[in-house]
Order: sequence, then structure tokens, then C-alpha cells
Amino acid sequence: MHRVYEDGGREIVLTIFRHNPNDEDSIPHFQDYPIIERPGMTLYIALTQIYTSMDHDVSFDFVCRAGICGSCAMVVNGKPRLACRTLTSEFSEGKITLLPLPTFQHIKDLSVDTGTFMNAMTKRVEGWIVNNSPQDISTIEKPIDPELSDEIFELDRCIECGICLASCATKVMRPNFVGAVGLNRVARFSLDPHDSRSDEEFYELIGDDEGIFGCMSFMGCQDHCPKHLPLQKQIAYMRNKMVKVC
Amino acid sequence: MKIIYSDALIVGGGLAGLRSAIATKEKGLDTIVISMVPVKRSHSVAAQGGMQAALANSVMGEGDNEDVHFADTVKGSDWGCDQEVARMFVATAPKAIRELANWGVPWSRISAGERTVIMNGQKEIIQESQDAHGLINARDFGGTKKWRTCYTSDATGHTMLYAVANEALRRNVIIHDRKEAISIIHDEKKAIGVIARDLVNGELIAYVAKGTMIATGGYGRIYKQSTNAIICKGIGTAIALETGIATLGNMEAVQFHPTPIVPSAILLTEGCRGDGGVLRDKDGYRFMPDYEPEKKELASRDVVSRRMIQHIRAGKGVPSPYGEHLWLDISILGRKHIEKNLRDVQDIAKTFNGIDPADEGSKGWMPVLPMQHYSMGGVRTKPTGESTTLDGLFAAGEAACWDLHGFNRLGGNSVSEAVVSGMIVGEHFATYCKERNLNANTSVISKFMQKQSDYLNEILAYNGKENIFDIKDEMRSIMQEEVGIFRNEEGLQRAVKRLEELLIMTKQINVKSKIRGNNPELNEAYRVPKMLKIALCVAKGALERRESRGAHYREDYIKRDDLNWLKRTITRWEAPEATTPTISYEELDIAKMELPPAFRGYGRKDSIIEHPQSMERTQEIEAFKATHPDMDRFELQEQLMPFELPLDYKKKNQRIGAEYA
Repeated sequence: MHRVYEDGGREIVLTIFRHNPNDEDSIPHFQDYPIIERPGMTLYIALTQIYTSMDHDVSFDFVCRAGICGSCAMVVNGKPRLACRTLTSEFSEGKITLLPLPTFQHIKDLSVDTGTFMNAMTKRVEGWIVNNSPQDISTIEKPIDPELSDEIFELDRCIECGICLASCATKVMRPNFVGAVGLNRVARFSLDPHDSRSDEEFYELIGDDEGIFGCMSFMGCQDHCPKHLPLQKQIAYMRNKMVKVC
Repeated sequence: MKIIYSDALIVGGGLAGLRSAIATKEKGLDTIVISMVPVKRSHSVAAQGGMQAALANSVMGEGDNEDVHFADTVKGSDWGCDQEVARMFVATAPKAIRELANWGVPWSRISAGERTVIMNGQKEIIQESQDAHGLINARDFGGTKKWRTCYTSDATGHTMLYAVANEALRRNVIIHDRKEAISIIHDEKKAIGVIARDLVNGELIAYVAKGTMIATGGYGRIYKQSTNAIICKGIGTAIALETGIATLGNMEAVQFHPTPIVPSAILLTEGCRGDGGVLRDKDGYRFMPDYEPEKKELASRDVVSRRMIQHIRAGKGVPSPYGEHLWLDISILGRKHIEKNLRDVQDIAKTFNGIDPADEGSKGWMPVLPMQHYSMGGVRTKPTGESTTLDGLFAAGEAACWDLHGFNRLGGNSVSEAVVSGMIVGEHFATYCKERNLNANTSVISKFMQKQSDYLNEILAYNGKENIFDIKDEMRSIMQEEVGIFRNEEGLQRAVKRLEELLIMTKQINVKSKIRGNNPELNEAYRVPKMLKIALCVAKGALERRESRGAHYREDYIKRDDLNWLKRTITRWEAPEATTPTISYEELDIAKMELPPAFRGYGRKDSIIEHPQSMERTQEIEAFKATHPDMDRFELQEQLMPFELPLDYKKKNQRIGAEYA
């Protein structure tokens, strides 16, 4: 049972996974941190308070603290989420268990390495504009249909937080699966009139079991995506396109 | 000793750093970018509202060109900027935005025909031309004569950073993330790389290169309340200062944004007001037109922020458990507009405050208060981006003071500067690296490596009673209270004195975990002294500058004093054991200005101590124009204040209707 204090703050307990894989003496374990909840408290505020006033050794990753940069994905009571956008008040029992995001290289405690995977994924799917015609940037830009530009923007909103991969069954079986993040990226460039690649060329990039044919449609990615991207629709759209090519 | 060699080393993986890396790769140079975080997490990603570039596609941008953007930027800077740099910037910005379009930034595009917009609280209908259909759109922003801020909803920094980062990956820029530069390797004349700490395992690495660039962003986190990401601690700026040779410029020029949300200090874009949102007080009254009848909510940020605090001081603030605040009302824009063009704002307000800003009436009003937002100061460089005093050290973006923004940056000019400086400074940096051989003495490298290793051991051996977290908190509170929006002699003296004491106290701490590896408290223990040095540069610069200019406002010297203070503050840290910076000044030469000092068009009209030369130069320019009626605007400009740009960046920009005129 949690106590309720006079100023209205209740006591909540954060149970944090602790381990430093680079330290031979470190043994993986959980550690409890009881704190007083404040109005509007997010996991960013709670973890920062624990770090500055209770345990100066606990590691986690926050950068923008506003749900924009994608740094702070972790597993919160069994679900992958952005910690900065998670309010402690959502958990009526006042017990919050935090684990590092699975499928990424563990760094320490709640910190994982997403950069290595995301950069490799970008190279793997060639997640950039391909266009070899010469461009003169002092001339008026190529006109783009306004609605199409908005549609591309919609898919460009992915923040590479890694939550889609942490929610993905295929990723567990196929470590090199590019995931919804990679497939959405390809869908985004296939829409872009600046990009000259044909469907055949995209097929070369993702037409295998580590690409578009790896997805088993469990939809964990879409369920947990913090940007609410239409991932399942994009994967279906790309699969449909790729099947026509092969 | 681990040494990694490259041709070009860039510290910082935001827009400026990555765009510079593309410039060095373009010249075939081996390029390494080191970054504290995966590069796509850099603070550039958080820019919301947009990027200024004079494209003049929209009917509301008609007549816009480099000249208008230039004048807006100079006025915004309160005549503190380097006008030559401002000219370089405005000529390149349209090219930057078009290059980004080619790299995939899905800029919001214009639909031909009628469109309803909100201006001055009223619905207006504007008509976009058929020629403009599908071209890049722009919204209104503060301190600008035209609608010039191009955008992708309110996630502009995100789409820009992803496009540039993807392009950098395509060109095989080598990215080493979770590496923090903690010292610049240099001899008496020249920088040859950095000592970096691997934030995963604590290992020290010497990155050695022909040229080194600092592109680490701003130093907002020295303030208690800041919209900046928590990585914006100014460490890159601090290591430049710690060379004792490189200098910093205008560090007291710190911008406070009018509308971060209370209490989380997350930014709500200027696009809210640009698109027609208004500020209200505790009575629901729209107060800005009373203070600024012409520009209202869209005066420059320094002016709006001061007016807001002035209004709160007049008893019109809204009381809350987090102190007084004001309201930002965008509900008048309508749900459809908000859910398309201000969706991150809506998401932030819903998530962190439980407010849906699209709800009509007072229900949708968001609590806002001015807070630290941008650092105009930074590593002092020439217009090429190279340090004025240390060869081989370059700086670009918010980390630099080349000096585009003077004492106040216009909204929409930050990401624009980041990319444009990546193009211009990146090109000069690439040329520098290309033309030189690597001349690195290993004994110099090992000396710097040993020094940092010894320093970290020294920190772990401290056996005092102080706590680094308390020291940091106190620094941030001092900056907030004494070196904030309103400043005065007494408060600034108190601040400088206490910051000095705190700097000394950083050696009287006791770090609990004694490991050199992954040790978050050790990170704080070496970062906080660096942050304190930056804070001291800001506070001492503010104390010595006895006038008000742009964002630097002295209650005891309320006038902009062109007679005595038309100069740039230069700070240097002369010896490692010093506890305050040394200050000197660089004069700004009115005789060379294309736009001599005058009234900005907003703010207080009666508060300028004029320099007699301003009038002389104005008359000189008018006379020149009158005697050369045949010169077009480009020729005139060239005569008044010549400037240079690398590559084709000086080429005229094409616009619909105007073509190359």
C-alpha cells in the first residue's frame, strides 16, 4: 500500500534494472527507489530526481525531454515507451518497473545503443534521396503537390526511438531485420518525387526475409509507436509493391 | 594511447556539424564527426517553427529578397551583428532551403487559390497565385517584414536534421557517437584535434586531424529554466575557451523565448504567434498591442519577452503553484489548422499539461513564461568560421560567434544559420584541411592525453564535503535570477563573485564511485567546472556592458548606447588556474556598415544614445544612391559593403515573378 502525504503527493516506487556489462563485477539486479510523486511528474522528472539526490550512479538517456528526439525509449511496466512522455500518475498502484529497451546493445542500466543500429539500417535500406541529375540550387525549386508533400512528411516523422523493434517478434528471430523503422523509411522515399529509384531498385534493398518479407503482421510496432505512424499500412503497401516486382 | 587520425574532425553532429561534414567529404577528405549522442538526437531536431529564407513564393512574401532579410536580421540583432556575415547568410539561405528540398525535406507547399489565415486576431482571405502552386510555403514570424519562415508543420528541425544526417551517411561520413570532447589538442599556434572521452566505457581517445571544428550548439543549460535539450551545456565552447588562445564573443547575449510552456520549460514555437495566436493576461486581455502597437505579438523575441515580464510586474500575471505566468491562445486558429500545422504543440500541451489548445475559449489557453532559449555568443571566428586567434580551429552554428545574430536572433534564423554556416564555413574548413599536411607531434598529443587522464584521476581523488549537484543547481539559479531577462550592477556583481566561489568549490567535492569507466557522477564533476567558466563569461560580460542592447537588458542602463558600446565583447581564459575570464572589446565600424544604426521599428523608440557617425554614414549612403541611379540593388550593395562567398553561393537567386532581379 502506498502512503499519501499531506501535500497530496503519494509515495511511488521505481524499480530499476541495474547492470553495467562493461564491468566484470557488476551483477544484474533490480533496485527500488521510493520517491514522493508531484503533480505532472514524468519519468524524466522522477529519474532525474533519483539520479541527483539518491543514486549518482544510475544511467539513462534523455536529451530533449519533450518526446521529439527519441532518446529515452525504455520498457515501462512491460511496455516499450518514451519515458519523457510517461506520467507517473498513469500507474494507479504507484509501482513502476523500468527495463532497458530490448534488441539493442545494452550500455548500462536503462541506457542502450540505438545509434549503431539506426545508422547501419539507414545504409542497409539506402535511406536517402537518390537522384543523379544535376541540381542548380539558385533556381526555383521543383514544384511538389502540396498533399503529397504532407503525406511524405507524415512518414518522415519517425524519430528512430527503436520502440517498433522492441515490440517486434520478427526482430527476436532475425537480428538483422530492418524493422518497421526501415520499411517505413523505404516507403517514405518511394513516395518522394525527388527520388528517382524504381520499385525494382527498392526490391533489391528490401526484397528478402530481413526486409519486407520478414514481417509477420503482429502489429506490435504500430501499437506502440509514440508518433502514431501508420506502420502497418506502410508495410502492407510496400509488400504489395514488392510482390508485384518479384 | 589510442589515436584516431582523419583529415577533418568535427565535434558535434547537429545541422551545422553534419552539413560541414558533407562539405569536407565533397572535397574527398576523410571526415569524422564525434557526438555525445546519436547524431539524430542532436538539439537541432527540436527546432519547431521553421527556417528563414527569402524565397518569396507565397503572396505574403511578395517583394521579399536578400535585402529585406538582411535588414530584418540586422535590426533584430540591435545592430550588434557583423553585417558582412549577415549578407553572406541571406544570399545563401535560399540555396540552402532548395538543397534541402532536393535531399528530401518535405517542406509544406503552397496550394493555388484562396486560403483563410488569422492576422491580428481576425480572419483574412489571401489568394495564392497559380505560379506558386507546389512551391515552398512560408509562415509569419517575429521581427520580419515578410512571411519568410519555411516549415514542415512544427517539426522543421526534425525533417531538416534527418535529411542532412541521411545525406552524410550516404557520403560515408564516419560518425562516432557517445564520445565527448573534453580538451582541444594544440600548440602555441594551431589546433590539431581533441581528447575525447568514450561515454560508454570511459576510455580516452585522441582524435587528431588537419583541422578541428566545434559545432556543439549552445550553453542554455547554465540556466535553471531553459528550453534547451539537457546536452546543451556549452562543453564545446568551454574547451575552446580553455585553450587560453581561442576567444569567445558576446557571451552575455542570451535569448529568452517568450513562450515555453510552464512548468516543463518545453518550447511552444513562435509559429503559434506567427500563425495568428495571441498572448493574454489573467483577465484574458490581449495586452501586447498596448505595448507594441505595430508588431504586437510579433516584435522580436527580446522585446516580447521583456514586455511579458513588464506586464506580470504590473500585476497582470496568472498565479500558479509554479509562479506567475501568462496565457498563449491559439484556439482562435481553429482545430483543423492546429492539427495540421501545430500538431507537436498540441501534443506537448496535451501530454504535459492536459490541455488541448484547440479547445475553444479559455479552456485551450496554454500557460507560458519567457525562459532561456538561445546562445548568441560562442567561439569568436572570422567570417570564414576560423578562430580569430587559434589556427586550425573552426566553429559553426550556435556554438560560433561569426557573428550573425548580434544581441538578438530572429526566430527562424537558427536552423537556417546552422545549415548555411555548414555550407559556408564547412567549405572554408574543407579548403583549410585540403591544403595542409597533417603535422602532428606525438609528444604534444601524449602530453594532452596525460593531462586529461591526470585531471580525471585528480577529480576522483578529491576528498571534500561539497556536492557537485548542489554546485550545479546553485549556478543555474544564480544565472536565472541575476543574469536573466532584467539585469543590474548589484545582481551581476553578486553573480560573478558567487560563480567564482562555486568554481573553486568544484575542487572540494567527493565523487562516490571511483571508477574511470561509465560513471555519471564523474561526468558531472568535469562538466560543471566547464559550465561555470561559461557562466562566468556570460555574467562578467553582462556586468561590464553598461548599456541595453537586444536581449541584454540593464535596468540601470536602459538605453542602447551606440556612442560607447557599439562593440563586441571578447572573453579569454588566460591561465588554467584563473577564476575569471579576461575581457576586451572589438569595435564595430559604422563607416563600413551597409545599414547604419537606427531605431529597430519595435521596442522603445526613445532609448538610443546615438553615434554621430550613424547619421554621417546614412547620408553618405543616400548620396551614393542618388548619384548612381542606374545601379541595380546588387551593384549598389557591392559598392556599399562588398562580401565574398565560396563556391556558387553568391549566384543570384531566382524567384517567381522577379526572376533574378
